[in-house]
Amino acid sequence: MAAAVRIFLLVLLLLGPGGWGQAEPPRDSLREELVITPLPSGDVAATFQFRTRWDSELQREWVSHYRLFPKALGQLISKYSLRELHLSLTQGFWRTRYWGTPFLQAPSGAELWAWFQETVTDVDESWKELSNVLSGIFCASLNFIDSTNTVTPTASFKPLGLANGTDHSFLRYAVLPREVVCTENLTPWKKLLPCSSKAGLSVLLKADRLFHTSYHSQAVHIRPVCRNARCTSVSWELRQTLSVVFDAFVTGQGKKDWSLFRMFSRTLTEPCPLALESRVYVDITSYGQDNETLEVYPPPLTTYQDVILGTRKTYAVYDLLDAAVVSNSRSLNIQLKWKRPPENEAPPVPFLYAQRYVSGYGLQSGELSTLLYNTHPYRAFPVLLLDSVPWYLRLYVHTLTITSKGKENKPSERSPQPAPPPPLPLHVPQHLSSQGYIHYQPAQDRMQPHLLEMLIQLPANSITKVSIQFERALLKWTEYTPDPNHGFYVSPSVLSALVPSVVAAKPGDWEESPLFNSLFPVSDSSSYFVRLYTEPLLVSLPTPDFSMPYNVVCLTCTVVAVCYGSFYNLLTRTFQIEEPRKGGLAKRLANLVRRARGVPPL
Amino acid sequence: MVDTCFLSQGLTTLAGLLLLPFGSLAASQIEDQAEQFFRSGHTNNWAVLVCTSRFWFNYRHVANTLSVYRSVKRLGIPDSHIVLMLADDMACNPRNPKPATVYSHKNMELNVYGDDVEVDYRSYEVTVENFLRVLTGRIPSSTPRSKRLLSDDRSNILIYMTGHGGNGFLKFQDSEEITNIELADAFEQMWQKRRYNELLFIIDTCQGASMYERFYSPNIMALASSQVGEDSLSHQPDPAVGVHLMDRYTFYVLEFLEEINPASQTNMNDLFQVCPKSLCVSTPGHRTDLFQRDPKNVLITDFFGSVRKVEITTETLSLQPDSGVIESSYKKDQMVEELMEPLKYAEQLPVAQIIHQGIFLNQGPNPCLSNLLCLLP
Repeated sequence: MAAAVRIFLLVLLLLGPGGWGQAEPPRDSLREELVITPLPSGDVAATFQFRTRWDSELQREWVSHYRLFPKALGQLISKYSLRELHLSLTQGFWRTRYWGTPFLQAPSGAELWAWFQETVTDVDESWKELSNVLSGIFCASLNFIDSTNTVTPTASFKPLGLANGTDHSFLRYAVLPREVVCTENLTPWKKLLPCSSKAGLSVLLKADRLFHTSYHSQAVHIRPVCRNARCTSVSWELRQTLSVVFDAFVTGQGKKDWSLFRMFSRTLTEPCPLALESRVYVDITSYGQDNETLEVYPPPLTTYQDVILGTRKTYAVYDLLDAAVVSNSRSLNIQLKWKRPPENEAPPVPFLYAQRYVSGYGLQSGELSTLLYNTHPYRAFPVLLLDSVPWYLRLYVHTLTITSKGKENKPSERSPQPAPPPPLPLHVPQHLSSQGYIHYQPAQDRMQPHLLEMLIQLPANSITKVSIQFERALLKWTEYTPDPNHGFYVSPSVLSALVPSVVAAKPGDWEESPLFNSLFPVSDSSSYFVRLYTEPLLVSLPTPDFSMPYNVVCLTCTVVAVCYGSFYNLLTRTFQIEEPRKGGLAKRLANLVRRARGVPPL
Repeated sequence: MVDTCFLSQGLTTLAGLLLLPFGSLAASQIEDQAEQFFRSGHTNNWAVLVCTSRFWFNYRHVANTLSVYRSVKRLGIPDSHIVLMLADDMACNPRNPKPATVYSHKNMELNVYGDDVEVDYRSYEVTVENFLRVLTGRIPSSTPRSKRLLSDDRSNILIYMTGHGGNGFLKFQDSEEITNIELADAFEQMWQKRRYNELLFIIDTCQGASMYERFYSPNIMALASSQVGEDSLSHQPDPAVGVHLMDRYTFYVLEFLEEINPASQTNMNDLFQVCPKSLCVSTPGHRTDLFQRDPKNVLITDFFGSVRKVEITTETLSLQPDSGVIESSYKKDQMVEELMEPLKYAEQLPVAQIIHQGIFLNQGPNPCLSNLLCLLP
């Protein structure tokens, strides 16, 4: 009896600290957010962000307990020693000129860039395996990423997370402009979310509404972030973002009033039970001189004001975790109404936007031109331009010219600043080395593409044109795609710029600010960082007629068979005379019987 | 004492003798149940669904494949056991007036694309080489798991192919063909590597019967939508979408499969009758001489569904949490790093550093003559 009690106490002691170990607070957290932005052109942009932060050290192999952070991505990070991973799949193009600067833009097609840890010995091998694994996870043809479309940028694409060194040999970047995005890419993306598409903001993600848009971009971003304000330890952050732009005329039937139900054919009922925060932000900054052009219903309980992308903006906040928000009707259907129709005033033009096009005629040569617009009245700012051109467009680097032309000064009644002095028309072809930085890596046929990176200082209120001539190469006939007459894609240029802000931003704690404000690390409050992409280009290459080998074979064989074959037969065949076979019914019956017996016929 | 023992022994033997016929009856019942349980001989199901046509006017081939995908998924085969190959994207094609949908019936009655679809081989990846590699298992080691056919010798595989074909070949994406001899050899490789238990091959193309003429491996059953010399026809166009939505044979197969549920006992003979000449215009054909079982004993769900043979138990099991492992992993996580210096984020566009890097890179062959920074380690 006493022995039993002693044994029981011993067992209790042993089990005590282990069995009740579940009192540990969970080490990962989820924040979800939706930002609805009415765009100046009348369309509506919706940006979803689902951010899982995991306070763990993923580099060790024996992490085996995954809770909110998806196991598929966690295992990728530890197996390939990734420091950062950014994958985006986009359909459509963000028109910066009409829609304003985006929070986070992605190029058309698939874009994948990754920073590897410094312990990786063969980065190219890891990159190849990584793209194959991701193609299986996201049902995308990322396995087409190989050395012919991968580049190593030397100054762009600095890490977005914590970094203690930026050796660019551990960076790889590839774009597949031909990649199609459809429901089969959205399905695995949704399955990575902790609440899948069952609760919270992800119930709005229905494919038939999301793909009926002018722009659809879904992305996965993984990076290490600071765990606390002092930044002495590292957490892993996974952000899944999805941006869509609904067209006013196609989906809104011409009316500019919007609601969640009209956009997504669903309304919000509850937050994700696993989420720490679940909020909807609606941009109610008014552009007119007097306020109240835009009305939001139901009236928000709180508003949020901050400097976003250089200007002061106001947002209506709906917190789904707050019971008062979803109280009476059990569902939240946010509606935007225009109180009076907005006047036909020119929408505010962003300070930086770009355009790219191919010019020339014929199938031999052409010219690639990129136009960079700086619409700031008096500030010049630097832009880092990255161009990756496939090897079959042979660039002539000696024809690279950069010209800056002053724009005509149009007085505009909406400009708050006094009219600046008219700029001198500069038509100076800038000498290349005085730019400060230019890096060109020529292509090798069938092995690597051209890489052109340069830092350009855009003068105030100007259009800068970067142009380069090229010649088209003839591919081998097996290298053509099954639909070669569609053309071949040139991946978009990437512009990384520090655009001057109208209002200085104060750097805040990332954990306190909403997710759309903590995409890029802010180092300088007088300007904000933005990464824009141009349109992808479609170039026709000289395409052979693929039915010609078949035609040639048919023709040659016919000629050979008819001409040579008949002569051969005449010369080598011997002819015999054969008696015509006659016989009546009796003979035929007799032959039948003989055949049945197995005897040769008469 | 001895007498009672003897008597008890005698009673037990008598009781045993009386119960013997009941015992054998019970034993034969168990044997029957076991035979029922193991009737078909397969333990898992796979499906390889291939659409080989590109371009918008071949919408119906994608709709064919997706309708079989939908039926197969509905009857229980999970996405991990389906290899879906679509040579072009119709749902998000710019010419599709209803994006993210593929309809099989006109007036948009049935969206076979759905909201939960995973396409394994898309667009340019659908080639003869990839298809044969999937079948035979000779794929590069970097291929992800969802793109592999990981079947074993107890797998029943359904292979469905559709597209444009002719006498003895099937066209892949307008640029290459697979011949019936290559296909037969691929199936023989699969047999020799024991990659299937039974195989059902369905093809919906013009002159489809020519594709199964050359099979010579055992346990293959084949169906085709038309005989040699006949064309398979499409079913109905839709004025809103602008193209023909489905092919006739697969349309009637889809209607047939919509009535099947995982518990149904419909057999293959019903599938052979699916599209008579009056509806299909072409004559569907089938081949069963290589198949060992009688088609009337083969259930539709043996190939189209994934009916797991499970035995339900009502016992409960209590699992002890392995507290040792969780405790140690939490401890090791906590031991980590409070670092000495705070980390910081990289500057996104460090202009001065980039210009400096440019000067360093653009120096001539002997940069160290003019650049003092070379002296730094």
